[in-house]
Amino acid sequence: MSDTSKTVKKDAVAAVEDASSAAVPVVDPRLLVREEGFKGYLTEFKRKVRGGELGALPVVIGLIIIWSIFQTQSSEFLSAGNLSNIGFFLAATGMLAIGLNFVLLLGEIDLSVGSVSGLASAIFAIFVTNHGMNPWLALILTVLTGIVIGALHGWFFAKIGVPAFIVTLAGLLGWNGLMLQLLGDSGSLSIPDEGPLHILGQRSFFMDQDIAGAYLLAGLGTAAMLAGSLIDQRRRRAAGVPFRPTSEIALRVGALAVVSFVAAYVLNQAFGVPNALVIFLAALVIVDFVLRRTSYGRKVFAVGGGIEAARRAGINVALVRISVFAISGAFAAIGGLFFAAQTYTATLGAGTGDVLMLAIAAAVIGGTSLFGGRGSVWSALLGMLVIQSIRTGLDLLNMNTALQYMITAGVLLAAVIIDSVSRRSQKAAGRG
Amino acid sequence: MVHVSATPVLALRGVSKRFGAVQALTDVDLEVHAGEVVALVGDNGAGKSTLVKTIAGVHPIDEGVIEWEGEAVSINKPHDAQGFGIATVYQDLALCDNLDVVANLYLGSEIKRAGVIDEVAMEARSRELLSTLSIRIPSVRIPIASLSGGQRQVVAIARALIGDPKLVILDEPTAALGVEQTAQVLDLVERLRQRGLAVILISHNMVDVKAVADKVAVLRLGRNNGVFDVKSTSQEEIISAITGATDNAVTRRQARRTEDAK
Repeated sequence: MSDTSKTVKKDAVAAVEDASSAAVPVVDPRLLVREEGFKGYLTEFKRKVRGGELGALPVVIGLIIIWSIFQTQSSEFLSAGNLSNIGFFLAATGMLAIGLNFVLLLGEIDLSVGSVSGLASAIFAIFVTNHGMNPWLALILTVLTGIVIGALHGWFFAKIGVPAFIVTLAGLLGWNGLMLQLLGDSGSLSIPDEGPLHILGQRSFFMDQDIAGAYLLAGLGTAAMLAGSLIDQRRRRAAGVPFRPTSEIALRVGALAVVSFVAAYVLNQAFGVPNALVIFLAALVIVDFVLRRTSYGRKVFAVGGGIEAARRAGINVALVRISVFAISGAFAAIGGLFFAAQTYTATLGAGTGDVLMLAIAAAVIGGTSLFGGRGSVWSALLGMLVIQSIRTGLDLLNMNTALQYMITAGVLLAAVIIDSVSRRSQKAAGRG
Repeated sequence: MVHVSATPVLALRGVSKRFGAVQALTDVDLEVHAGEVVALVGDNGAGKSTLVKTIAGVHPIDEGVIEWEGEAVSINKPHDAQGFGIATVYQDLALCDNLDVVANLYLGSEIKRAGVIDEVAMEARSRELLSTLSIRIPSVRIPIASLSGGQRQVVAIARALIGDPKLVILDEPTAALGVEQTAQVLDLVERLRQRGLAVILISHNMVDVKAVADKVAVLRLGRNNGVFDVKSTSQEEIISAITGATDNAVTRRQARRTEDAK
């Protein structure tokens, strides 16, 4: 069982004990049991970091560094107005990052999300502005287009066997070309500030800028986590399986409460919570639930972790792959509408430039592995906080695009290096 | 020794299988009863894996009859075999490294409550299953990647038991394991027998076979070459059945050594 003779001896003794007590569940002597109290958390935290399970740690540290640097350069940076801006503008690319998260969990990549988002904004604009379609119907058709495009990528990948990298690289060029073709005669199309686009726009806030709105959201989030944790604890205790101690639940809920209420307070200093951010957060909660608590999510993780194992377990690998790319396409289309709502126009430049890179960077910076099977959709939020902070900060300092690109590239590279290194140390610690 | 039922759980009668010009199996018979461990032995290429794959539904048979609990059935897909209650643990274990033990045990057949995965019930049942099999794993909530080869093997075997099978096929379960891990897997095989399951064990290791099997079925060049009762048969007899001659590399070597000793 173990390489050291000491543990083997221990194990043999334990095995004898186990045989005599006829399978009474005994805590395995090799398992590192966390000590009680605060010191226990600290030692476990250190052990995890050493084992390469960095979790959200690099992001939080990175965010603190980034915020302090920009704050020293410009006192505007941590003002309520600017933070509200960060919250609003991170939602669009964040939506793309959610979809990419699914693809990354399979260990694949979708390079087409930027182009698909641009195409979606053009299609929506043509439906609404040129054909006078009901904007809600146009929204549904646009998202359907995204799903079909994604499923097409997935089909080429899963059924034909073309590497996802190549399929979506073709998509990157092709869908951008289609968008240019569609917008060809008019150049860019302005979209009326109504319906879904108004909700996603900069002038739309949760509960109409009511101060209670932000606190309500913060309270709901905290209460939901508290209730969920307590119910889970009770069920686990009843079933006789290990459960989180109440102190840990209190700590986690407390941390969430502090973060969310501080965020609510700050956003209320400006205008409240932008609706775009609310929708983004709601999407995160839903997607996180799907990934962790439904068998579909389990299938995605299984295919990302071991295709052969997934296949033998009766999982339809091709279907999972196609559906994941369809989801990525859907979120790309939704993200495209978020982009369109920022300026109420469908432009020729939509979804081009650094959009794709930022979305990938957000997912990876947040901790989702490029190698598949590991990660959480919350990385889209964490990563986007970092990315959008950098962008907004550089804008405040009037840095030009050239510098922005280079700095963002550096951050992406750093994130991927952290991913690779932590994966290596996880392998060494037997948790790869 | 546990009571052995009269009707075999699985019986193969005159099974043949061809791959193109190769006659992989010719007229093979095999019987497995509940609460019995049958070792399937033979040299490389003797047809052991092919035979197992016909039972598991990977390769449909060309001729012959497969009887399941006394009735002739046809097994054409892996799904058919699983439906009857045949669980196969292949040599490459195929577990998802990134998922924890519970998720791997229930992969593809998660317990759900109102459409949502019921982690608590799955964890409770996993612990129960592992403890009744006396499988010792540090925690059921650690990813497979952090388990040793032997632990992975027992998890793979435990996974096969989730669907309450009647017949478990183990393909070389001890091939890559150390001394202690091998002993643990053999213990587990004995516990499967105590639970009244029929077990087909493929192995190259005569010591393992002698240790846990009740019967040894020998395949040679795709044909039956005898079924032996383990207790009353010597290792040499089994080996000569595998190699097809009393005069073979193993006996020659033994003769030489006894002469040297003199």
